[in-house]
Amino acid sequence: MKLLLKKGRLLDPTLGIDFIGDLLIEEGKIKGFGREIEISEKDLEIIDCRGKLVFPGLVDIHVHLREPGEEWKEDIESGTRAALYGGVLRVACMPNTKPVNDAPEVTSYILKRAREKASVKVYPIAAITKGQEGKELAEFGRLKKAGAVAVSDDGKWVADSSLMKRALLYAKNFDLPVISHCEDPKLSFRGQINEGKLSARLGLKGIPASAETVAVVRDLLLARETGTPLHLAHLSVKENLPFLRWAKEEGIPFTAETCPHYFTFTEKEVEGYNTNAKVNPPLRTEEDVEAIKEALKEGLIEVIASDHAPHSPLEKEVEFELASFGMIGVQFLLPLSFNLVREGLLSELKLLQYLITNPSKVLKIEPPSFKEGAPAEVVIFDPEERYLVTEDFIQSKSKNTPLLGRELKGRVKTVILEKRIIHL
Amino acid sequence: MRHLLDIYSLSSETIKEILELSENLKEILERPIPKVPTLRGKLVLLLFYEPSTRTKFSFERACKVLSADTMSFSAKGSSLEKGETILDTVKNLYALGVNLVVIRHNLSGTPHFLAKHLKIPVVNAGDGIHEHPTQALLDMLTVKEKLGTLAGLKVAIVGDIKHSRVAHSDILGFQKMGSTVYVTGPAHLLPEPKEAEFFEIRPGGFKICYKMEEALRDADVVIALRIQRERHGEPFIPTLQEYAENFGLTPRHLELIKEGALLMHPGPINWGVELSYEMEKYPFQVILEQVENGVAVRMAVLLRLLSGD
Repeated sequence: MKLLLKKGRLLDPTLGIDFIGDLLIEEGKIKGFGREIEISEKDLEIIDCRGKLVFPGLVDIHVHLREPGEEWKEDIESGTRAALYGGVLRVACMPNTKPVNDAPEVTSYILKRAREKASVKVYPIAAITKGQEGKELAEFGRLKKAGAVAVSDDGKWVADSSLMKRALLYAKNFDLPVISHCEDPKLSFRGQINEGKLSARLGLKGIPASAETVAVVRDLLLARETGTPLHLAHLSVKENLPFLRWAKEEGIPFTAETCPHYFTFTEKEVEGYNTNAKVNPPLRTEEDVEAIKEALKEGLIEVIASDHAPHSPLEKEVEFELASFGMIGVQFLLPLSFNLVREGLLSELKLLQYLITNPSKVLKIEPPSFKEGAPAEVVIFDPEERYLVTEDFIQSKSKNTPLLGRELKGRVKTVILEKRIIHL
Repeated sequence: MRHLLDIYSLSSETIKEILELSENLKEILERPIPKVPTLRGKLVLLLFYEPSTRTKFSFERACKVLSADTMSFSAKGSSLEKGETILDTVKNLYALGVNLVVIRHNLSGTPHFLAKHLKIPVVNAGDGIHEHPTQALLDMLTVKEKLGTLAGLKVAIVGDIKHSRVAHSDILGFQKMGSTVYVTGPAHLLPEPKEAEFFEIRPGGFKICYKMEEALRDADVVIALRIQRERHGEPFIPTLQEYAENFGLTPRHLELIKEGALLMHPGPINWGVELSYEMEKYPFQVILEQVENGVAVRMAVLLRLLSGD
């Protein structure tokens, strides 16, 4: 079976192509692309892609699928369906499940469930420390063999500096990327939202910028000392920028990530004690939003991931201080990130590099691309379509996002995953 | 005004009206039989998730003077211990025919959370480290009564400002009514510099002082606060002796303040810590008047919120 995508704007950040043309897929594999592909065959399906963008599937390296252990919030089936609808065709899931993914049995279980239920490809990330308790290293070797692609104690910082250094060194044996959740827990003690005027007004303990930047700087120093590639997850504050610039100049092996909510929303979303806007790190100020955009523009931050964190009303419809941190996002990763193109901050190709090529590099996996022979992982995206975010539109089990009831621009129309054509 | 959740959202006009109403209502308290039928048939729920003596009895007294019925709740012995959420608890109590909820809670924003989900008025009787609006109202009433005005005064608040909901409400309330508020205490128990921007609601209306003398000099009103140790969770105070010696109010501070300046405290007091024992004898100490005024202010709030329907 052959499939021809006609006259779309073809974008592949890995190959560096951007032109209007045709993409041919044969038996679930990329056959080729060109300005115009003429073939006449009976067994040919044609999709008219005029006015649409056609690019490889997104790779979201920061997702919480909640399985095993918290399936009332999300599971591998619902979480990956949300990803599919967002044009995200590969997700890496964080290990803070119940039990924690700190043992090969858990990694294998996640992969087994993914084979049975997942709509997109799932890459498990294992814990750095046993139980994510920050005390002893997890079994990197056995976890890698079971299928883990990286290690992270996401949700917690490995506060013991000596242990983190050992983790970075030990990761070398297995080529495992180390992903750090940068937050000094003493500085963020009991913190609920960004420290500043709003935390004073709402009487909520603030999380200062220093809680993040202190951790970022320590981890960069350890990456320099060990030479192990370090990935900094979900950066949110302006204060990081000079240190990221310094680390680039020094040639420290690191990559940095932010999430759409840190360049889309400010702390204002929390007004009225809105628990759907309670997230960690917290939403910050207008200045921070601008700084994060600047970091993206400069390439100091070169990965965008969703930090998709589903929570049900049981965790969210409670007193603000009792509410869990996190918001869903995998389905909105593309439309929200595309605003960076609309604002002229990044080109389409650059943005897709942040969403496809760079996150793949972090995980040391071959990025989805239009290279001949590559499995078809293709997204057809209408950047202009406007629609309302409703509970029905959200494919996750949980609906915790400040976007509910708001309009979004840019929608995934069709996804081609090997031999499957999915019109959304 | 649908609820009384914080001083932040009250206009100075509304504050003025509540204070005037409170002054008028005080007359009832002085009658031989201090009871009027105004709120007969109304049911007020007193939800106290945190210990309270003054505030709880003060609200209860206010209800009784106005002939409203009350139902009390204490976290101990309730279904809270069986894992019921606060929202369920309150929805159930609402189904019993409650007309107004007074809530004290250890978590900031809980009254706002209930107000979002309930159709009846909610009164904040203190939430976490956020606000304690009726306390600020009664403080303002006391000052207005004693000094005749709230405009142009220098109000000094001394102590654990960071964790004190009373301080937060007072800082906003006194500024709204035209006073200037100076706060002082251990620097790490004062608002962070970024947070201070919020508290200055009028240019020059709020100042953080790291030297106690600066806050106290020529003050018209001094409000002492208890150290909110139960809210710290981490050590802030080296020793109580260190605190008392450096931040406790003692007779030697009286030279700094204006003659006849008021000394206030929202209670409970730790004598010998934030106030030395001798300060009880200071002639312009109005701590018990504050308690009396609390009843009048709460009557005014209940009336405003309940007489509409």
